[in-house]
Amino acid sequence: MLIDGKSGKWEIVIGLEVHAQVVSNAKLFSGAATAFGAAPNAQVSLVDAAFPGMLPVINRICVEQAIKTGLGINGTINRVSVFDRKNYFYADLPAGYQISQYTRPIVSGGKVTIDLADGRTREIAVTRLHLEQDAGKSLHDQHPTKTYVDLNRSGVALMEIVSEPELRSPDEAGAYLRKLRSILRYLGTCDGNMEEGSMRCDANVSVRRPGAAEFGTRCEIKNVNSVRFVMQAIEYEARRQVALIEGGGTVDQETRLFDSDAGTTRPMRSKEHAHDYRYFPDPDLLPLELDEGVIAHIKREMPELPDAKKRRYIAMGLSDHVAALLTAEREASAYFEDVAEELTSKIETPVPEAAAAIAVMRQTIANLITGKLFAILNDRGVSIANSPISAKNFAGLLRLTFDGTISNRVMQDVAEAMADTGKDAKTVVAEKGLRQVSDSGAIAAAVDKVIADNAAKVADYRGGKQALFGWFVGQVMKATGGKANPGMVNELLKKKLVG
Amino acid sequence: MSLDKATVARIAALARIKVADADLDKMVGELGAILTWIEQLNEVDTKGVEPMASTVAMELHQRDDVVTDGGYAAKILANASEPVARGEGGFFTVPKVVE
Repeated sequence: MLIDGKSGKWEIVIGLEVHAQVVSNAKLFSGAATAFGAAPNAQVSLVDAAFPGMLPVINRICVEQAIKTGLGINGTINRVSVFDRKNYFYADLPAGYQISQYTRPIVSGGKVTIDLADGRTREIAVTRLHLEQDAGKSLHDQHPTKTYVDLNRSGVALMEIVSEPELRSPDEAGAYLRKLRSILRYLGTCDGNMEEGSMRCDANVSVRRPGAAEFGTRCEIKNVNSVRFVMQAIEYEARRQVALIEGGGTVDQETRLFDSDAGTTRPMRSKEHAHDYRYFPDPDLLPLELDEGVIAHIKREMPELPDAKKRRYIAMGLSDHVAALLTAEREASAYFEDVAEELTSKIETPVPEAAAAIAVMRQTIANLITGKLFAILNDRGVSIANSPISAKNFAGLLRLTFDGTISNRVMQDVAEAMADTGKDAKTVVAEKGLRQVSDSGAIAAAVDKVIADNAAKVADYRGGKQALFGWFVGQVMKATGGKANPGMVNELLKKKLVG
Repeated sequence: MSLDKATVARIAALARIKVADADLDKMVGELGAILTWIEQLNEVDTKGVEPMASTVAMELHQRDDVVTDGGYAAKILANASEPVARGEGGFFTVPKVVE
């Protein structure tokens, strides 16, 4: 995307720093809990509060989560990495420094493949991933003259994942964040919940003329907490810089905050965060040396990630679009696989016909999940993880459709009723008397009645107006409450309309 | 290594140490002398030598991911100057930090 300025076109250059909270029970260097929502300062050890003489001891699982994430983004796992102290003063940083990794991070390099709106993909290079401690939380709105400090988050493990400045539009930045979040969730290394702050993003934004070799001066927008806000902040910031430069000004390299109510960015007022962190190796911690066996073990346990899963689904016969919808969230692909397993596991596959039938069945299942089920979830504002219809019940519903017990149209109503009541398909169908009528006597009676009641239309049809056939089908379906087997209706109508 | 007054004032500000203007000249001399002394280390050729992290050969000890600590907000806040109780816990308070 290029910005049309008064003096010509401008290119946006974006690099993102994502802080992803590591999924772990205890903190990075202490035994205090990490759970969200505890009473203030109830999950703080003497280490987290930086009492004198306290020493950090690293949490093995946090290290393994970082390795797993590094492998998930195709990075290089460094056999030796070093923890440094990043020094700055702030009320929610009791030690006066954050333990982080500076010159020797645990992961170097990597890439994230982003999916663009037009169906294309782009590879975005990742510079590094390092482990660091989170700071505490400052609450500025509790008292007119005081800031309240809660250290529960102090010391929780974060992975800082830094991209190269290769993103070129707010849309690409959004796609990068969504894909990274999806990978983290598949891996189970971060829950990716931006609202609760377990994934936060800083965006470095600059502008330049298209094709220019040099980057422009960048501004860093701090701590934006939703994908939509990141995209808005970048858009606003890029246009601000263009207007500034075209107005004869220059961009100051500075840290800015995004105001989500106004949709604007503004410079941070305090100079507390002046970029002079005086990093040095933390004397309390030895270098982190990784065991080859541990890395090999994690490699073996790696789950299938969204890109690989999407390729497999496409090879399975699903459309690109449906495959992308099903793999964006780990829970959706798991749901699909559970339903497919439930319905196809009993089918013997050696004969080609069965394999073909299974392929068609999978496509139908995928289409119904991304169509009907997603609509139900959307209407009720719930995620697939909290779906009111379990995978097992959804499979039961499809089984009734596949074996002809209910028609496709009735299936839609049964799905809604299942979502409302939580009952399984068989129960809903029995309670509402929705079983498909395949009794040829009953259908024939309905067909006869429609023919008898509509003599004029019958005459038109017999006179050559073949297009009326659909209308007759509709009338019979209406007369049977949508329960008649459509194949049998077609067949009987054809026979009887000929006269 | 020679330092100027502005650099020493900046180092003091970053470390939140209040140094009166009158004392700056003295600090320029003292800090400069310390840095000159340490700079002698640059005379040693350390090419290809891994930085030493410890005087004893040992590996970084790793802890299991088990909650073994915390749950004592009262102790954490015991020395705070003006804590505010809240539910089972409480907050530290500081003069308002405006952002």
